[in-house]
Parts: sequence; structure tokens; C-alpha cells
Amino acid sequence: MSVERHHGGWIIVLSFVVSFMLAIMPLPGWATLWRPDWVALVLIYWCIAIPQRVGIVTGWLVGLTSDVLNETLLGQQALSLCLIAYISVKLHRRIRLFPLWQQAVGVLVLITLDQLLIAWIRGIQGQPLVDGSFIYPALTSMLLWPWVFILLRDLRRFYQVF
Amino acid sequence: MKSLLKNVQPLSLQLSLLVLGSIFLMFADRYQWSYLGIARSHLLALVYPVQYLVDLPVRAGQWLLVTASSHAQLINERNKFYAENLHLQATLQKFEALENENARLRQLLGSSKKTGEKTQVAEVLAVELDSLDPSKRKILIDKGEQDKICLNQPVIDAYGIVGQVTRLGSFTSVVTLITDPSHELPVQVVRTGLRSIAKGEGVVNRLSLLYLSNTGLNMGIKVGDLIVTSGSGGHFPKDYPVGTVVEINPDIGTPHAQVQAIPRSALERNREVLLVWTEEQMTAETCEKSRETLLTH
Repeated sequence: MSVERHHGGWIIVLSFVVSFMLAIMPLPGWATLWRPDWVALVLIYWCIAIPQRVGIVTGWLVGLTSDVLNETLLGQQALSLCLIAYISVKLHRRIRLFPLWQQAVGVLVLITLDQLLIAWIRGIQGQPLVDGSFIYPALTSMLLWPWVFILLRDLRRFYQVF
Repeated sequence: MKSLLKNVQPLSLQLSLLVLGSIFLMFADRYQWSYLGIARSHLLALVYPVQYLVDLPVRAGQWLLVTASSHAQLINERNKFYAENLHLQATLQKFEALENENARLRQLLGSSKKTGEKTQVAEVLAVELDSLDPSKRKILIDKGEQDKICLNQPVIDAYGIVGQVTRLGSFTSVVTLITDPSHELPVQVVRTGLRSIAKGEGVVNRLSLLYLSNTGLNMGIKVGDLIVTSGSGGHFPKDYPVGTVVEINPDIGTPHAQVQAIPRSALERNREVLLVWTEEQMTAETCEKSRETLLTH
């Protein structure tokens, strides 16, 4: 039973590593504002697909790693990603039934929440947000969601991660 | 069904614990709790593989460029470097003579001799550290604790001051550039000796000089002036070029004028930077000790 319950964990780890890499990849100046929130996308997928394995603790740890990689305040993204994971795990049965485009809208809302929380924490630190640029990553993430979803779903089915 | 229902309660409990945990971590990090600093440097070493993988394509590209470049091209380059080297050697001859003269004059005056410095080349990893906060200016270099780097160690390039090491991992460390909004650097105008603080603005290639009074503007500073490190504060060696003054606006509403400068160093375009050790730092055994000697000077 326990062997069955831990099947294909390396795919999960690998997907997070790739998302970290995409998140710190250097981009040209104009594109940095539009960089999709790769880590949150992957986290949302796994929370919806296998909530019994990937949940808020995973989200928290992934967020801590992300904080170290981005040299931000430790705990900043840990907080926002564990909240995202919580919402995704809570609603996973409902979200699974949505068509892809509706899921994408859900992702837009989740990632906007995440970005707002980060902007808020930055505001407390004395670097307030001056424009609406926090919405850009959420928009690109929404557009990319169907592809991320299909790719990860196929990977999950092929390697039988459950 | 029972297990499903049982799962509901612990989830929100877990969540509140984790939220409290993150808030605690943020406070601890904000107020620079020393244990957390140590933990962070270990974590930085832990994520090194990811950073290495991101940097790998750039490294491979450079390697390919070198291997694929033609014989004629390499000879051309070699000739260019040879000529450049000759030129530099010639200037250095004069420099040595001047240095000797300077030391003699200082001896006559009875003031202490200026110390020499040691440098080490570090490579900048092609990794973005400001993907979440575009106003942050930080770079990652491929030297860490194992290369005997210290916290707050100054970093320069061929043209001037780049920044200082603010986080130390085992294999990599984070350098805060002088244009980062959290960075302040004691500087001096070469022409007149006027002192100020150069603060980063979080914008590419901009520094603002603080605490220059409106009335003092005519005397001490004008557009085109070179500013150098003043050496006060002790972290940075004296007399390294920092930038050039480009804009001076007297601000009648406040006691201080708004003065802007452009950094000399190629901050974000560098692929290699230099780490500087002053002589006291070289002789001191540990980082802590070197900082103590620096502060007493």
C-alpha cells in the first residue's frame, strides 16, 4: 500500500525544479514584468491532481526554496504559496470538473491573489507598489495554464504518478 | 468517508501553523536574526544546482564561441591584447614611480602608508534574482565561503565600484549592487573633496547623492565631476571611482539638493567582477577579525 502511495515522486520533484529554473531564467527587460508564475502553476496542478500527496506543506517548502532563489524575505512566498495550495486543495474536486478555460480563469484569480499578497508584504517593508504591474504575471499564467495542465497531465498518466 | 471528514480539520490547523511560521520567519529575516542568516546561507548552497543548471547554457555558449572561433580571429584577438598589454605596462611604469614618490612624501609628512590590495576574479552567474521585485539590484557570483570571501566585502570591476557581498553561500554569494535602493555608499568629489552618500535608486544606472545642501552647490560640485569612494565607514577601500555627476537640481522646498550620478562600472553588463581584499583583511585570519581591524582604522 505504502509503495503504491509513493509512486513517481521524482516527476513531481523534477517538475518543481524545472519551474524554479524557469523562474530565475534571465529574460530581456521588457519581459521580466510578464514572467508567468511558473512555480505557482505547477503547484496548483499537483494540488488539484493529487491533493493527498501535494498539499500546503509542499507549497510552503516550495515557497521557502523560491524565497532563497529570489533573495526575497524568507517566508514571503512560503506564505502566499501555502495559501494558494490551501485553496486549490480545498476546491480540487470542483476545479477538476471545470473545462480548461474556466480553470484558467480560476488560475488567474489565484495568482492575482498571490501577487497581491506579495505586493502587500513589500509595501509593509517600505517598497510600495506604484502601478498595476502585479497583474501581468497572472495574465500570462492564465494563458499558459492549458498547456501546463495538458503537459503535466500527460506526464502524470505516462509515469503513473498518484 | 470518515477519513475524508477527519481530514478537514487538520488542514486548516496546518495552514494556520504554516502561516504563523512564515510570519515569524519574515520578522526574523527582516530584523536580521543571526541564526536565520546562517540557515539562509546553507539554503543558498542547497539551491546551487538549480542556479548552476540555469547558468549552464550561457556557459556552454561561451565555450562554443571559443572553440568555434577561427584561427585568424584568435590571432587577431591575441595581437590586440598584446598591444593593449604593452600600453598598460607602459602606464604602470609611471604609476610605480609615482607610488614610490607618494610613499616617500608620506613618510616625510609622517602619515601612514597607503595599503596595497589583493583582488580575485569572480564570474557572474546568469541568474535573475529580481524576478519578483524589479527595483531590486542584485547579482549572483560563483565564489563563496570556500574561497575565503567575507560578508560586506567590496566588489569592483575594471571601471569602478560594483557593490558588496551581502549574502554568503558555500559556493555562491549574492552581491548587492550600488544601484540597489537599500545600498548606501560614502563618496567624495575628487575635484573638491566634498563628501556625500551615494544611494541607489532601484533603477538601472542611477545613483542619487544625499545630504548636499542647496547653498553648497556652487562651491563643491558640478556636472561632469568624478566621484570616488571616501573610505569612511570602513567597508570600502578609499579612492575607487564610483560615478560621474550628471544632474544637479537645487530643491528649494528641502534643505538638500537633488544630485544624480551615473555609475562608472558596467553594473548589469558584467560577466566578470573582482573581489577586493585590503592588506589588513589579508593578514587577518577570519572575516570577523578583519572587520574589527577595519573598524578601528
